[in-house]
Amino acid sequence: MTSRPDTSPQTLYEKIWNAHVVETRDDGTSLIFIDRHLVHEVTSPQAFEALRLAGRKVRRPDLTLAVPDHNLPTTPRIDAAGNKIPITDPESAAQLEALEANAPAFGIRYIDATAAEQGIVHVVGPEQGFSLPGTTIVCGDSHTAAHGGVGALAFGIGTSEVEHVLATQTLLLKQSKSMEIAVTGALGPGVTSKDLVLHIIGVLGTAGGTGHVIEYRGEVFEQMSVESRLTVCNMSIEAGARAGLIAPDETTFAYLKNRPMAPQGSDWDKAVEYWRSLHTDPGARFDTSVQIDAADVQPTVTWGTSPEDVVPIGGKVPAPSSFTDPSKQDAAQKSLDYMGLTPGQKMTDVEVQNIFIGSCTNSRIEDLRAAADVLRGKRKADNVKWAIVVPGSGLVKQMAEEEGLDKVFIEAGLEWREPGCSACLGMNPDKVPSGERCASTSNRNFVGRQGPGSRTHLMSPAMAAAAAVTGRLTDIREMAK
Amino acid sequence: MKPVSSVEGRAIPFGAKNVDTDVIIPAAWLKTISREGLGKGAFETVRAQDGNIFDNPDFAGAPILIAGDNFGCGSSREHAAWALLDLGITVVIAPSFSDIFAGNAFKNGILTVALPQEQIDRLMEVSETDPVTVDLDTQTVTTPFQDRFTFEVDPFRKHCLSEGLDEVGLTLERDSAITDYETRRAANMPWLQPNTHITTERTA
Ligand code: SF4
Repeated sequence: MTSRPDTSPQTLYEKIWNAHVVETRDDGTSLIFIDRHLVHEVTSPQAFEALRLAGRKVRRPDLTLAVPDHNLPTTPRIDAAGNKIPITDPESAAQLEALEANAPAFGIRYIDATAAEQGIVHVVGPEQGFSLPGTTIVCGDSHTAAHGGVGALAFGIGTSEVEHVLATQTLLLKQSKSMEIAVTGALGPGVTSKDLVLHIIGVLGTAGGTGHVIEYRGEVFEQMSVESRLTVCNMSIEAGARAGLIAPDETTFAYLKNRPMAPQGSDWDKAVEYWRSLHTDPGARFDTSVQIDAADVQPTVTWGTSPEDVVPIGGKVPAPSSFTDPSKQDAAQKSLDYMGLTPGQKMTDVEVQNIFIGSCTNSRIEDLRAAADVLRGKRKADNVKWAIVVPGSGLVKQMAEEEGLDKVFIEAGLEWREPGCSACLGMNPDKVPSGERCASTSNRNFVGRQGPGSRTHLMSPAMAAAAAVTGRLTDIREMAK
Repeated sequence: MKPVSSVEGRAIPFGAKNVDTDVIIPAAWLKTISREGLGKGAFETVRAQDGNIFDNPDFAGAPILIAGDNFGCGSSREHAAWALLDLGITVVIAPSFSDIFAGNAFKNGILTVALPQEQIDRLMEVSETDPVTVDLDTQTVTTPFQDRFTFEVDPFRKHCLSEGLDEVGLTLERDSAITDYETRRAANMPWLQPNTHITTERTA
């Protein structure tokens, strides 16, 4: 696909794409410049190793930021004497050590596991002002799309692409198709950005966005905080899209102003002037358009093992026969067997033993406030055995503690942890035991994602907090009464 | 990346169809920090069986692997290519390959040769006792018994493999275009340069 000349109306995606084309090749692929590269400990060691073996350097260490998150235990990292507590799992320790050594060896800024600025890559990027509107951002993690919440074109890449970006600061890409998700109306009470994006994934299906970059449009998004926009864009990949973005506006600028790595002084003014041009022009054409009515969105949870398996909290576990596609019927049956659910069961009757409030989807201050509002003055139910709150970064943690949110969680019987990916993926010690259920604010409910045999129900922070109180999936609107 | 030109040596007559990447390298080996050393985990489940072909001393260090249809299907892990390389395998001959595996193999300098099943059968027979030669330049597989099979290879991939060019190397050839872009970017949007005010020290 060739890009249209600059004078014709363009989508936001086309504007960002065109501004990053180094050159276009005969086969239609383009060499795209990458403005920001986030590096973590799991997908980078082999990339650095390849550079070393080939005697290559990192082309732009200044555009690269490294921070460990995936493997780090979320238990205290420093002992009473002020010494670092080593990681006991040898493979996780080796990955952390590799990043600790590779970053300085290649001249890359590194945020130490014990620094206040440490956190999940996708929380740290916007928080530090590293992620900016109109930039191209990559990271070896598929939820990189999150940064689209500040109006960046952001997407996940594999290890060999990590190596390519480190060495050349570019990627060879074909332009994606553009998709508009236009949401009309306003969200009802108790309905959050997480419910909206789960609903959208349910409408699109996990492959609905394949080959596309999504732009989320409509007043709902204009009214949203940047935190909520990050939540929506984060899950674009679960609808199969490479990236998802929301046009930057005054809310975005106010969020980014004075962030440590954001432009300052007259640079800031120039940047804002440019950022104001970053919107889809009237008359620009999308390859695909999807309309969603915000009034249709209820507080939403997942019942199966794919993020598209969503149901309003007031709904019931679907029967496999209710799906028209035979392969979906089959998949639904497998999901129900794995999840230990029976068709027709009310979602609010489903008991949970574990609560996870965290992940790059929902671990920012707004998410913790929402959960704390539900938990204030309450206790978790007795059948809830394990409930953890994992802030997205050390700075989020500090802010929450200043607001006394940590006390609210602890008094309610939840654990207050150190920042990291935690139970989003079963890679560090935070795992959901086999056969048990978890009300989780993360982004994937795949088989075994939170640990072998784990059963995940995705939902918003307020809903996960409500589930902690009642010990079962709960309609947040009922709690508020 | 090492150039692939002419590879002569023993070929492991494995022959199995639908060899998925879990067979090539099980998931337990994915938590590594190096591309090297994965040979130890390569074909782990096959090698758990006594008398398996991979542990037969006749084929120790063999540079060629012969397999059945749809080699490398399953998960997209690049570790599969790294594991083969670590075993010393630089050519895989099979009737067909999964696209993702073929791409990962190419990226890592492994030549994938697709031949019809009858020719595979003949090579399986020869390789029990004798070496095989794969020549990228002439696009042929030959045996000491006058067998001569030709194969197709994408001209671009052929060029990269025979020159030992990887994708990073190819893009680095475009260095001046990237530098031009960077110069324009720095002039037009100086604010894109990240501030370095960030503190990354431990706080304790
Ligand atoms: S929290 Fe989960 S999705 Fe987000 S970066 Fe970590 S592992 Fe990836």
